[in-house]
Amino acid sequence: MKILRRLLGFAYRYRLYTVLAYACLLASTGLGLTQPLIFQQVIDRGIGEGNRTVLLQMAVALMVVNVTISLLQFGMSYLNEFVSQRVAYDIRNALYDHLQRLSFAYHDRGKTGELMSRVTSDVDSARIFTGQGVLQTVNTVVLYATILTMMFTLHWRLALLSLVTIPFIGYAAVTYGTRVRPMFSRMSRQWAQLTAVLQENITGVRVVKAFARETFESEKFADENREYLQRNITATRLQALVYPLMLFISAIGTILILWYGGSEVMRGGLTLGTLLAFNSYLQRLAQPTRQLGVIISWVSRAVASGERLFEILDAPSPVASRPGAPEMPPIEGRVVFDHVSFAYGQQRAGEARFQPRAERLTDRGEIVTPPSPAEMGADVLRDVSLEALPDQVVALLGHTGSGKSTLVSLIPRFYDVTAGAVTIDGHDVRGVELQSLRRQIGIVMQESLLFSATAAENIAYGRPDASPAQIERAARAAQAWDFIQELPEGLETKIGERGVTLSGGQRQRIAIARALLIDPRILILDDATASVDMKTEFQIQQALAELMKGRTTFVIAQRLTTIKNADQILVLEHGQIVQRGTHDQLLEQPGPYRQIYDLQLRDQEEVLAQISGVGGVSGVSGVSGVGGVSGVGGQRARG
Amino acid sequence: MTATVAATRSRDAEDDEVLGKAYDPRIVSRTWEYVKPYRGRMALATLLMIVIACANLSGPYLIKVALDYAIPGKDGRLLLLTVGAFFFTALVAWLGTYGQTYIMSWVGQSVLFSMRRSLFSHLQRLSFSFYDNMEAGRIMSRMTGDVNALNEFLTSGVVAIASDFFVLVGIVVLMFTLNWRLAAVTMLVVPVIAFATHLYRSRSREMYREVRRQNAIVTGNLAENISGVRVVQAFAREDVNRGKFDEVNRENLRRLIKATAWSSGFGPVITFISTVATVIVIWYGGQQVLGGAMTLGSLWAFLSYVGRFFEPINDLSARYNSMQAAMAGGERVFELLDTPPAVQDRAGAYELPAITGRVKFDNVVFEYLPDRPVLRGISLDADPGELVALVGHTGAGKSSIINILLRFYDIKSGSITIDGHDIREVTTESLRRQVGLVLQEPFLFSGTVRDNIRYGKLDATDEEIVAAAKAVNLHEFVASLPFGYDTEVQERGASLSQGQKQLLSFARALIADPRILILDEATSSVDTATEKLIQQALETLMRGRTSFVIAHRLSTIIAANQILVLENGRIVERGTHTELLQHEGHYYSLYSMQYRFQLAGVQGVAAE
Repeated sequence: MKILRRLLGFAYRYRLYTVLAYACLLASTGLGLTQPLIFQQVIDRGIGEGNRTVLLQMAVALMVVNVTISLLQFGMSYLNEFVSQRVAYDIRNALYDHLQRLSFAYHDRGKTGELMSRVTSDVDSARIFTGQGVLQTVNTVVLYATILTMMFTLHWRLALLSLVTIPFIGYAAVTYGTRVRPMFSRMSRQWAQLTAVLQENITGVRVVKAFARETFESEKFADENREYLQRNITATRLQALVYPLMLFISAIGTILILWYGGSEVMRGGLTLGTLLAFNSYLQRLAQPTRQLGVIISWVSRAVASGERLFEILDAPSPVASRPGAPEMPPIEGRVVFDHVSFAYGQQRAGEARFQPRAERLTDRGEIVTPPSPAEMGADVLRDVSLEALPDQVVALLGHTGSGKSTLVSLIPRFYDVTAGAVTIDGHDVRGVELQSLRRQIGIVMQESLLFSATAAENIAYGRPDASPAQIERAARAAQAWDFIQELPEGLETKIGERGVTLSGGQRQRIAIARALLIDPRILILDDATASVDMKTEFQIQQALAELMKGRTTFVIAQRLTTIKNADQILVLEHGQIVQRGTHDQLLEQPGPYRQIYDLQLRDQEEVLAQISGVGGVSGVSGVSGVGGVSGVGGQRARG
Repeated sequence: MTATVAATRSRDAEDDEVLGKAYDPRIVSRTWEYVKPYRGRMALATLLMIVIACANLSGPYLIKVALDYAIPGKDGRLLLLTVGAFFFTALVAWLGTYGQTYIMSWVGQSVLFSMRRSLFSHLQRLSFSFYDNMEAGRIMSRMTGDVNALNEFLTSGVVAIASDFFVLVGIVVLMFTLNWRLAAVTMLVVPVIAFATHLYRSRSREMYREVRRQNAIVTGNLAENISGVRVVQAFAREDVNRGKFDEVNRENLRRLIKATAWSSGFGPVITFISTVATVIVIWYGGQQVLGGAMTLGSLWAFLSYVGRFFEPINDLSARYNSMQAAMAGGERVFELLDTPPAVQDRAGAYELPAITGRVKFDNVVFEYLPDRPVLRGISLDADPGELVALVGHTGAGKSSIINILLRFYDIKSGSITIDGHDIREVTTESLRRQVGLVLQEPFLFSGTVRDNIRYGKLDATDEEIVAAAKAVNLHEFVASLPFGYDTEVQERGASLSQGQKQLLSFARALIADPRILILDEATSSVDTATEKLIQQALETLMRGRTSFVIAHRLSTIIAANQILVLENGRIVERGTHTELLQHEGHYYSLYSMQYRFQLAGVQGVAAE
C-alpha cells in the first residue's frame, strides 16, 4: 500500500488533470446509464403505444447522449494518458539523474541490463498503474454501484437473480489474473533462456565451430526450444479455457433474465422495454468484471515494480558533497594519503542482493571473484600513507587485487575512505564540492569507454564548451589527429555503438585526448598495454608521455619505461605499501619489486639489451646496463 | 570497412520499419511447408471457427424469437425452448472457442518450434563469412521477432481473418434477411467506418513508429550513461547529461502525447458513427415496426447486430498490419534459411584419418572480399610437433592464416594439406576435431566449470577433466571455488578473472587433445603470478603438438622453431629468433620499434 501511495505521489503534481479526467469518467458513466432507459422508452412508449414523437425524441436523445459521451471519453482518456506519461517522464528523469550520481560502490554491483529493465519495464508498469490501473478501478466501482442501483430500482427480484452470475465471472477473472498470468511469466522466463542460448551460440560461434560442436549446440537449443513450446502450450491452454468461460457465464446471465423476465412479462409484472433495459445493464457489467483480473495483475505488478524503482531512488549515495561544501580551489598537485584504510564492506551493507564486485575500475579490465561475506568487510587498503609532490610521477605496482585501483579511486573520491584522510593541497577531498574536485583530475582508464557521439564531442566530454581549436590541439597531442582526419566526416564522425567502430588503439588515444583537454592538474592513468600493433603502441606511448608532462601523475604501471621514469614507485601487496623508492633503489634490495622485475619487466629489458647488443643502437648501451642484464640471447628459449 | 558497418546499420533500421505487401504468395507457400503436417488440425480449427461464429450470431435471433412469439403469445414452452437454445449456443461458443484457440496455438507453436529449430541448425552450418556480415543482434531478431511475426500470420492471421469475414458476412446476411430496407440504410455507415478505421490505423501506426524510435533513443542514452557512469563521474558531466537526457525524454513525451491524443480520439469517433447507425435503426426501424413491416424482435436483433458490426471491421484493420509484418518477417526468415554456407563438405568428402600434424601451405591465396586478397601466396611447412610463431602488424594476415587452416573460410587458390590430405577433401567436422583453437579472448559458455572444460570432449570423465585442469594449473583455483567444478561461470564467465578464463580455455583445448593447436595469444596483461601459471600451462598445452601461435609473449617467440614475419599478406621473413635478429630485417625493426621508445625514455631520464 505504501508503495502504491508513493507511486500515486508522482501523479499528485498533476492532480488538476487527474480530477478533470475523473470528472469526465463519472459524467460519461452516468450518461451511459441513460442508454438502456432510452431503449426502454423506445420500446414501451414509442413502439408499444405507437407514439412517433417519442420515437423521434429518443433518437435525438440517444444522439446527444452518445456525442457527449464520445467527447467525455476522449477527454478522459487523453487527460489520463497525459498524466501517466508525465509521471513516466518524471520517474525516468529522476532515475537517470539519481543513477548517474550514485557512487561507484553502487555501480560496482549493479548490472546494466538489470538497471535498464527497471527503467523500461518497471517505469512502464508504474505508468499503467497510475493511469489505466487507478482509472479502471474507479470505473469498475462506480459502474457497479450505479448499475446495481438502477437494476434494483427497475425490478429488485430480477436484479437479484441476474446478480447470481457476477461472482462466477469475478472468480474466473481472478483465477485468470492469479493463475494464467504467472504461467505466462514462466513462459517468458523460458523465452529469455532460449534467447540466451541463441545469443551465446552466435557470439561464441568461433568456439562452436573450432570444436565442431554444431550438433551438440543444436541439441542444446532444441531442449530449450521444446521446453518453451511446452510452457507456451500449457499457458495458452488454460487461457483458452478461462477467457471464453467468462463470456459463457455472462451469457448465462442473459439466459436467466430472458427466462424469468420473459415469464414476468407474460404475467404482466414487467414491461418488455424494462426487460430489455435490464439485459443491457447486465451486459455493461460484464466488461469491467472481466477486467478485474487484468486490474489485479496491474496492481501486483505495480507493487513489485514500485518496490524496485524506489530501491534505486532511495539508494543513498555515501559519496556526496556536504551541504555548503566550498569549491576546490585550483589544484597545485600535492596529494597526501594519511593512514588511509578502505573496505568495500560498509558501503555495501544492505545491498546484498547484488553480486558484489571488487576493484572494478581499471584493474586489467578483469572482474575479480566476488568476495565471500566474510571477506566483504575486509580492508582493501590498510594504513596507506604517501605523499606525491606537484608534477611527480607515482607508479603503482602489485598483483591483481593488491589495491592499486582502489588507491587511485580514492583521489577523485569515487569512494570514501574508512579511516584516515586523502588530501589535495591540504584540502580533505571529503570537504570540498565534488564536481569542482573531479573537474581538475584527469583519468585514462584501461578500457577506453567512448560515447555514441561525434569524435569532437567525445574529446570535449569533460569540457562541452571547448573550441574546435582546443579540440584539435588535444587530438594532435594525443596522436589522434591523423586517424580522425581519415574518418568519413573527420571530427564530426559519429563513433561509439551507433557509429564508426574504432580500434582499441584509436579509442585509447581519443580517451587520452579527452583527458588532455580538461588540462587536469592531477592525472590518473592505467598504463595498460592494450592489444595494438607496434606502430600504434609507439604512438600511444608518445601520447601518454605528452599527457603526463607537468602534472601530478598516478599510474598503474605496466611498461618498464613508465616505471623507470617514476619519481616514486609504490609496490602494493594485500592493500599495503610494502616497498617504495625509485627503480634503482628498489632493484638493489631483495623484495617483491625484484620478483616482479625478474618475472615480467625483464622480458622487456632483454629486448632492449638485445637490440642494443645485436643492432648496436648507438648511445643506449650505457642505459641498457641499468637493469644489470647481460648476455641474454635465447637464454629463456625452451627445448 | 567502417562504411559497410554504417550501411548495415541503416539497412537494419529500415528492415524494422518498412512494411510492404500484406500478402506474398511466395512466402505463404514457403510457410505452408511448415504448416502442412498439421493441416488436419487446421481444418478442424476452421470448422470450429464456423461453428463459433454461428453460435454467436444466433444469440440475437433467439432473443427475437422470444420477443416476437414466446412473450406476446404467452407461450411458456417456447420461452423455455428459446432459453434452452440460448444456453446451448453459449456452451458451444465457449467450448468451441476453447478448442479452436488451443488447437491454433498448438499448431502455431509447433510450427514456430520447428522453424526455430531449422533456423538454428542452419545457423550452425553457416560459415564465418556469414557472421562477418551479420551482427549478432540482427541474427537474434531474425530468430525471435521475425519468426514470431510470421507466426502471427498463422495463429491470429489466417483463421482470425477468415473468422472475421465469416462473421461480417453472416451479420450482413442476417440483417438483410430480417429487413432488407433497414439493412440497406444501415449499410450506409459501413464505408464511413471502414474509411475512418483505415485512416486512424495508418496515422497512428506512423505516430507510434516515431514514438518507438524516440523511445529507443531514450533507452540508448540511458544504457550508455549507466555503463559509462565511471567516465561520467570522472569528468563531472552529471549536469550536462541530465540536460541532454531531459531533452530526449521530453521529446519522447511530446510524441507520445501527440500519439495519445490521436488514439484517444478513435474510440469516440467509432462510438459516434455507430450511434448514427443505431439512431437510424431506431428511427427508421421504429417507423417500420409501427407500420407493421417489421416485428419488435427483429428491431431488437437488428440493434444487437449493428453493435457487433464494428468489432470485425476493427479487427480486420488490425490484421492488415500484422499481415504486413508477417510477410516482411517471413521474407527475412527465408532469406536466412536460403543463405548457403560458403564452406561445405564436398560430395564424397572423407573423414580425416588420425594425423601426425604435418601442415603444408602451398602458395595459398585468400580473400574475404573478391579481388581484395589478404594472403598473397603463402607457403609454409610445419613438421609434427613444431612451434610456428606468426608475427606482424595488425592486418598483416596472421588471423587469416588461422582461419583458413581451420577451414572457417575457403581459400581462393593454392592448397593446404595436413599429412598430405587437402583440407577441402575431408569433412570439416573431422578436420576441426583434430585441430584445437585457443582464442585471444577466451569465450566461456554459461554453465559450470566442468561443462566448459567438457566442451572440448563431450564424453570426458570427471577424472579426465580434473587431470586437464591440473595440467594447466587451473585445479587449485577451481578447488577454491564454492562448488568446485560445479561452480557456475556466470554471464560468460564474469566471475572468473581474465587469466583464469584463459587457463580454462587451455583446459578445454587440452582435453580435446588435438594434434594441431592454434593459439592466439592474449595480450591483456595479467598479474605476474598468473602470467607464470599461464606460461607453464602454455608449455604443457603445446608439448607434442604442431602449434601455430599468433605470438605476443617474447618467451613464445624465442621458443618457436620458426618465426614467420607477415606483411601485407606475404611472409617476408622466416627463421628463428636469433637468426632473424641478426638478419636486421623486418623482424628486427618490428621489435626495435617498440623498444626504441623505451630506450629514448630512459635516456631522457638519464639526461635530466
